[in-house]
Amino acid sequence: MEGHLLEVRGLSISFTQYEKGLHQTELPVIRDLNVTVDRGELVAVIGSSGSGKSLLAHAVMGLLPYNASSSGEMLYQGEPLTESRKRELRGRNIVLVPQSVSYLDPLMQVGEQVRKGKKGPAILEKCRRVLGSYGLGPETEPLYPFQLSGGMTRRVLISTAVMEEPELVIADEPTPGLHLEAARRVLGHFREMAEQGAGVLLITHDLELALQVADRVVVLYAGTAIEETDSRSFSREETLYHPYTRALYRAMPEHGFSSVPGNQPYVKELPSGCPYRPRCERAKGECAGAVPFERTDRGGVRCLRWREWAFGQEEPSLREEAAL
Amino acid sequence: MDNAKWIAGQLIRMMVLLVFVAAAVFLLLSISPVDPLTTNVGQTALGAMSPEQVEKLREYWGVGVPPLSRFAGWAKDVLRGDLGVSLLYRRPVAEVIGERFVNSVWLMAAAWLLSGAIGFLLGILAGRKRGGLADKLVTGYCLMTASTPAFWIAMVLLMVFAVWLKWLPIGLAVPIGTAAAEVSLGDRVIHMILPALALSLTGISNIALHTREKLAEVMESDYVLFARARGESEGSILLRHGLRNIALPALTLQFGSVSEIFGGSVLVEQVFSYPGLGQAAVTAGLGSDVPLLMGITVISAALVFGGNTAANILYGLIDPRMRKGRRKS
Amino acid sequence: MKIRNRRQRMAVLMAVSLFLLVLVTAAGWAFGETASATDFSRKNLAPCLSYPFGTDFMGRDMLLRTVAGLSSSIRLGILTAAVSAVIAFILGLAAAVLGKAADGVISGMIDLVMGIPHILLLILISYACGKGFWGVVVGISLTHWTSLARLIRGEVLQLKESNYVKIAARLGHGKLKVAFFHMTPHLLPQLVTGLVLMFPHAILHEASITFLGFGLPPEEPAIGIILSESMKYLVMGKWWLALFPGLLLAGVVLLFHFLGEGLLLLLDPENAHR
Repeated sequence: MEGHLLEVRGLSISFTQYEKGLHQTELPVIRDLNVTVDRGELVAVIGSSGSGKSLLAHAVMGLLPYNASSSGEMLYQGEPLTESRKRELRGRNIVLVPQSVSYLDPLMQVGEQVRKGKKGPAILEKCRRVLGSYGLGPETEPLYPFQLSGGMTRRVLISTAVMEEPELVIADEPTPGLHLEAARRVLGHFREMAEQGAGVLLITHDLELALQVADRVVVLYAGTAIEETDSRSFSREETLYHPYTRALYRAMPEHGFSSVPGNQPYVKELPSGCPYRPRCERAKGECAGAVPFERTDRGGVRCLRWREWAFGQEEPSLREEAAL
Repeated sequence: MDNAKWIAGQLIRMMVLLVFVAAAVFLLLSISPVDPLTTNVGQTALGAMSPEQVEKLREYWGVGVPPLSRFAGWAKDVLRGDLGVSLLYRRPVAEVIGERFVNSVWLMAAAWLLSGAIGFLLGILAGRKRGGLADKLVTGYCLMTASTPAFWIAMVLLMVFAVWLKWLPIGLAVPIGTAAAEVSLGDRVIHMILPALALSLTGISNIALHTREKLAEVMESDYVLFARARGESEGSILLRHGLRNIALPALTLQFGSVSEIFGGSVLVEQVFSYPGLGQAAVTAGLGSDVPLLMGITVISAALVFGGNTAANILYGLIDPRMRKGRRKS
Repeated sequence: MKIRNRRQRMAVLMAVSLFLLVLVTAAGWAFGETASATDFSRKNLAPCLSYPFGTDFMGRDMLLRTVAGLSSSIRLGILTAAVSAVIAFILGLAAAVLGKAADGVISGMIDLVMGIPHILLLILISYACGKGFWGVVVGISLTHWTSLARLIRGEVLQLKESNYVKIAARLGHGKLKVAFFHMTPHLLPQLVTGLVLMFPHAILHEASITFLGFGLPPEEPAIGIILSESMKYLVMGKWWLALFPGLLLAGVVLLFHFLGEGLLLLLDPENAHR
């Protein structure tokens, strides 16, 4: 029996950096992340810009930089995803759609990059067809990356992924810099891939856009996964269980744009326990202790008081645990 | 058409710079307090001469003529192809330089090619993996040679291969006492080995370190990360993306290194008494032979600017970003 | 102190380098007199226990002479590199701040200096100064500023775009005042690193030009002179006259290099993760 297409359990990624002078510090970028992706499903991981969530993509592909380290478990089709298996799968079964033009070789023509240097009439024909399906004519092929517009770049990058007929697509921030229409179109392409049977892991900072295409959503706060839920949960505030997710909901234009004061803490100055605690109006003493990721009817949540919201009351069992 | 215009612009820029170099050098040489008579004729000999003889010598060495008119005269002659007469060799400067140039140019070309090729290869070896064993060895070697004066390396080679092992001749371009016509090609090559080796050994570090840095940058770039994500092997990445992105900078650097090679040849030729341009420059400087020094400087500056201009043009013609960018503007 | 990471290793290396350099400089200064003492009863001795570097044709102790020569090389290197750094700083700043014309003139000067092979330019300047000590000092000071000036220019152009500099200019501070009071503090790390990385070049060029016969007078204890003298004796197999002084010179240059690389690692914000 095969498991999920991709299953990530308790993944933490950190990297080392020098502070002032001679001391090294460890920066936790992603902490204790659980996520699964199945065939035909589009899962979005939402985190704020510049929080290092690209490292999640790199970790799955086995491409973490030398100063980063990761712990936790990753399974692909139920089998552990070891480094050697990652090497085997990447570029064929698992493909990455990176975020910007800097991921294209500046001195190589687009066509050659999409074809990955392979030659022959069959591959030429396929390359032409794939580019064409994204509205890029044959005149795109001899261009160099610096001659592409932002939207063209995204479509070229997506074409590289489609050339492989992958099982799992990891899209790393595919929309910044695009105007709304183009961004929607790009996300639509990922939806199509999911419809055709691939699993898609979309890493983005844009919750609203992601909700339009995703089946499920994982929300990160300061590198910690605080809620995993069905994207339909976002149609009502009551079906969201974490105070931060609700705050995100209320911050959306159609729900009144209201924002919670304060900022996400920098990973170096994380508070103990729940990272959202300092800004949370429902925080209580226990929130400074360990907060486990609990399963819910809609996915999972990392909040001690989620049941009060989900069921409108305080569960007796929770009170007992707290008393212990 | 655009290209032709742009190249013409580069060449004009080079000519203008050359004129400025000539003027600057002339200025430097004319403010010198060194009295060519005392240096070359000697104080005692001067004292023993009649005033008319001294006056004649002063005229010969150009003492007392205002610098500006001397420069004007010199420039006019140069435009006619006349670089003046060497005061020490008592022959036309163009002739002395021509003869010396032939000796030097082979030496420098050999060192230029050798150091370029070896340096590039070592740089690739090191830059493929920053911090790896090959990287440590290559940067170590480069650090050592960069910290060592070129002439000392020449002296060590001379001590080991000429004095101690006696495999190669101690110096000069040809066997002593051989008439120019009888010198065989083999003799010339044998006399060139040690100087060329000394020059190459020191020239390697620059290109190797530069190539290493560039390649390491490429290997840590986003596009190589993406190539890895697409399942390309390390070998294919090195060939397809690495070489493509480092070849042009390396070529540019090597064309720009003419100045260092020439500087090195001055020192190395001195150690091996190799009768090239560099040795002539030292002799001219020590002996206050202004026309010869002037000629050599202008020729070497022309070589340097020629190298730099070639590098610029190469870059502009090959790099698509420069090529297409120029067409747009 | 327990050494935990690359930066701490570098700091230790830097401290050791600095100590050795100070030691050599001081020793050379102190033994300057003894170094040139001749004693014809001990001419041309090969290296032995009492004279580890051997003696030369006038019976001078080569170890003492070498240390004295290195000491004068280091002092000369510091002097000339400092002058060169000041020139680089002023011209780099001026090129970036004083407008297009000044920028054009200064980059033209850089092209000129770089266009003549370095050694040849040193010969020319030495000749212009009438050779000798000052010819070397002026020559090396005037020829090493180019790349640092370019670096400073680039840095200042970037700083000019930063908000606080724009605000200072808006408040009516003059160009030069802004440059000196608001930009200089940010340029200091670059300047110091550039200065230290300049020492190796300055010292090697001093040795080279002296070796060619344009530099210090023959009675001075200078590495270039020691090596130039040894040329005559190489053919006779007196290898020690050239080997040890050259090795020690390379060692000193290497120590300066470590210092500079260390500063670069510690002061350059781009190296935060290394």
